[in-house]
Amino acid sequence: AEAAELRARLRAVRHTVLVLSGKGGVGKSTFSALLAHGLAADETKQVALLDIDICGPSIPKIMGLEGEQVHQSGSGWSPVYVEENLGVMSVGFLLSSPDDAVIWRGPKKNGLIKQFLRDVDWGEVDYLIVDTPPGTSDEHLSIVQYLGAARIDGAVIVTTPQEVSLQDVRKEINFCRKVKLPIIGVVENMSGFVCPKCKNESQIFPPTTGGAEKMCQNLNVSLLGKVPLDPQIGKSCDRGQSFLAEAPESPATLSYRNIIQRIQEYCEQHHFQEEKIM
Amino acid sequence: TLAERTNLAGVQHILLVLSGKGGVGKSTISTELALALRSAGKRVGILDVDLCGPSIPRMLRVQDSAVHQCDSGWVPVCVGQDKAIALMSIGFLLERPDDAVVWRGPKKNALIKQFVTDVAWGDLDFLIVDTPPGTSDEHISTVEALRPHQLLGAVLVTTPQ
Repeated sequence: AEAAELRARLRAVRHTVLVLSGKGGVGKSTFSALLAHGLAADETKQVALLDIDICGPSIPKIMGLEGEQVHQSGSGWSPVYVEENLGVMSVGFLLSSPDDAVIWRGPKKNGLIKQFLRDVDWGEVDYLIVDTPPGTSDEHLSIVQYLGAARIDGAVIVTTPQEVSLQDVRKEINFCRKVKLPIIGVVENMSGFVCPKCKNESQIFPPTTGGAEKMCQNLNVSLLGKVPLDPQIGKSCDRGQSFLAEAPESPATLSYRNIIQRIQEYCEQHHFQEEKIM
Repeated sequence: TLAERTNLAGVQHILLVLSGKGGVGKSTISTELALALRSAGKRVGILDVDLCGPSIPRMLRVQDSAVHQCDSGWVPVCVGQDKAIALMSIGFLLERPDDAVVWRGPKKNALIKQFVTDVAWGDLDFLIVDTPPGTSDEHISTVEALRPHQLLGAVLVTTPQ
């Protein structure tokens, strides 16, 4: 009956994308937020951003929604809206103070994730983007279990170029394969830095083992794109503004937009295939 | 138990390296701290309780090592130039390095408890405990398992943003 309740709520969701890593601090939340902004630029699309990082919820700050609270109504929990067509949910909205630590063991975290999926009234949604914490644990198992691997279009896996990140990301790729979650592709963040003054390019995180490109070749997954380091990205995140809107000319913006387009194309294709089968 | 008291009884100071945020350099700092303390002539051990993303073995170039058991428990892997730093990480227990440890909390808790109580550390001046990001199972279990022993304190790592 519980599973039926979840399915009913999610029936109105056309596409679901999970943003994963395995490694922390590579830019999952940043990417999730920009993917949401990018997709919501089309006003005819309804976008939902769900933050299931219970211990370190970054989405409220990155979306400029710190201090917002969740309201309840007869139809469930109301997401917090950034735009009319972009709604957000995060444990961050349930805390009385942003510095409150959520020190929960797995089962309690799973309970909240289930509640998010069951009780949040997203309405009709074209894209549900789920931002996850680093690792391959409770949150990841639960979201795949509750959503059902078959109903998720796929996972976007974020990494940075160095081997210390890639070794955790390979595990994440294996996790996806284990739970039969399709992999849309890999995004390599912090991929080079171009100095705005001298225009020289530096590898801040040198790809000592070939970076995401080599890893993708070896594991037969798509490399969706590489995004260079731009200090404006961090600033925009800290200030809760969309980097894409604040720095439209940045090479990083161009990369992000290309990647977002590829994800959109993948989802449309996936939906089309499903319809063909039906 | 007698074994618990024996395995950590010879450790003078236990230091946790924490953050909350991922990717800020906890494992890097843990490794550098261990190497620096070793250079200063201290006896050092590292306990890597990041079960999903164990980075320490690669940082010390022992990612291909295996661990053995002795009468008092797991024998840590000896690393560093003079092989004088003792390291225990779940990384060593994986059959293949790309294997994901896809465990829920209760299973992680059981292994952490074992790591803390069943590793034959011997006499150490410092035991550095590297943790994963967050404030969840690994952190709660590690602190609980270490509580009966001499906990020096925590070093918190962050980046500026």
